[in-house]
Amino acid sequence: MDFDKIEIRWHGRGGQGAKTAALLLADVCFKTGANVQGFPEYGPERMGAPITAFNRISKSEIRVHSNIYTPDLVVVVDESLLHSVDVTAGLKEEGAIIVNTPLSEEEIRPMLKGYKGRVYTVDARKISEEALGKYFPNSPMLAATVAVSKVMGKYEFIREMKASYEHKFAKKPEVIEGNMKALTMTFDALGV
Amino acid sequence: MSVKDRMSGNEAVAYAIKQVNPDVMPAFPITPSTEIPQLVSNYIANNEMDTEFIPVESEHSSMSATIGAEAAGARSLTATSSCGLALMWEELLLAASNRMPCVLTLVNRTLSGPININCDHSDAMGARDTGWIQIFAESNQEAYDNFIQAYPIAEDKRVHLPVMICQDGFITSHAVQNIVLNEDEEVQDFVGEYHPEEFLLNDGNPIAIGPYSISSYAMEARKAQEMAMENSKEVIIEVARRYKEKFGRGFELFEEYKTEDADYIMVIMGSAAGTAKQAVDDLREKGMKVGVLKLRVFRPFPAEELAEALKNAKGIAIMERTESYNGHGGPLCSELRAALYEHKVYTEAVCYTYGLAGRDFTVEHVYDIFNEVNDIVVNGKEYKQHRYINLRTKEV
Repeated sequence: MDFDKIEIRWHGRGGQGAKTAALLLADVCFKTGANVQGFPEYGPERMGAPITAFNRISKSEIRVHSNIYTPDLVVVVDESLLHSVDVTAGLKEEGAIIVNTPLSEEEIRPMLKGYKGRVYTVDARKISEEALGKYFPNSPMLAATVAVSKVMGKYEFIREMKASYEHKFAKKPEVIEGNMKALTMTFDALGV
Repeated sequence: MSVKDRMSGNEAVAYAIKQVNPDVMPAFPITPSTEIPQLVSNYIANNEMDTEFIPVESEHSSMSATIGAEAAGARSLTATSSCGLALMWEELLLAASNRMPCVLTLVNRTLSGPININCDHSDAMGARDTGWIQIFAESNQEAYDNFIQAYPIAEDKRVHLPVMICQDGFITSHAVQNIVLNEDEEVQDFVGEYHPEEFLLNDGNPIAIGPYSISSYAMEARKAQEMAMENSKEVIIEVARRYKEKFGRGFELFEEYKTEDADYIMVIMGSAAGTAKQAVDDLREKGMKVGVLKLRVFRPFPAEELAEALKNAKGIAIMERTESYNGHGGPLCSELRAALYEHKVYTEAVCYTYGLAGRDFTVEHVYDIFNEVNDIVVNGKEYKQHRYINLRTKEV
């Protein structure tokens, strides 16, 4: 990580795994020796309701316990939220937003209320279905977040995630390869 | 050797429970503390600890079973939040008055209503006069460290009172952060074996626990309980010092952050103290002499020590994460202002209510509060006691 700290806000729907992705990001960054914080904000406790999750990744100790209002990076796990949630609120112009969508950057930008910073799109459904045979947006969105934020290098990330999946899916080794494939496919699709 | 890890506050407390390996844990799930009994159950199922876990049908029963187990001579604990604690009300008083050194790990959540699952301190504050020692944490690390200190405090012969280890619901309970964990053996050494002096399953030494007490004895029992609470202060300090010596971390009754030369001091409890400390650093860069006093121990209330620590401040912001509905501030405000008065510390002390039912509290709010206190002290700005922070409607 070439910078002192980064603040990331995730937008998803309950049950989609935005919270899990934020916790996984904290986990993998911890392994590089960073100070990490990953936490969700729950609205109504039900599947499908909009939820927010947050990450602070920092070289120094993290003491602040509030939500993040001026993020460096926003990750939108569910494209339909663009119509109901102000996802770019407070997002720094020198920052970036990643949207899970089959649409291109040019097609998505008009939906971002004039946001002038960098916009990335990732077709997590296509990647996930091709790599895993099922739709789990987590792995592609996590990889996209690492690729865009540069909290760690690609190869370090791939290596740590392999170790983490091998631990997490010790009883389901058949899903490890697919998840790893989803990660590399995302890096390739983003061209970073 | 300590181990660097990352955990949520709930994971950290469950891990501390595994290391301490108490005898009995009855529990009933309630958000946001549910993960604690869930993780402990996993540890038990995986043979990583041998605590007897009792699934019960309500919190009324979990506290009753905790008292029963403790009375039998077993080191016991339970976990809960919010309405779960409210449902334990009667038993909380019984645990304390029967002098049961059991532990409750509380994940602070607001009380209804409107029904809400998020953090404030109304659950713990509702139980502030039940005779429990109450210790609050800023972070996952402090929740972990505080839990390990709970039994050495509770079981000390000078104390013999139950201990409530509190952390902020979701804000620390569900936030993954870096943490330093102690070795199992070192934790077990620190906590020690439990050797109760008098207990029900003590063959040949029959005793009664919780019998009716006529008026000629009941008041003396209350006084003895009050003395135990007074005694607990020195025990809490001793245990904290021993912990710091062994593990290198922690605070005694409170943490004083940059208060020594501070004109204005914010008194605050729980996770928001971290946010306040960051704001203090920012304001000091701009030349404002401010500090934070983070209260760790609410019961016993360190009135004298707080007055001493705050006596040189020109202005104090007392941060309240509870509404008392008494018309002039919550419990921390009322007790702290009484302590200041008693010890003849006559300074501006403004009460701010913040963070109810999970309302966010940011560094910007801390800047605003310190600026207002400055305005009050320097310019004599008229102010309203018992202000609400970050309210969406205008206060009248």
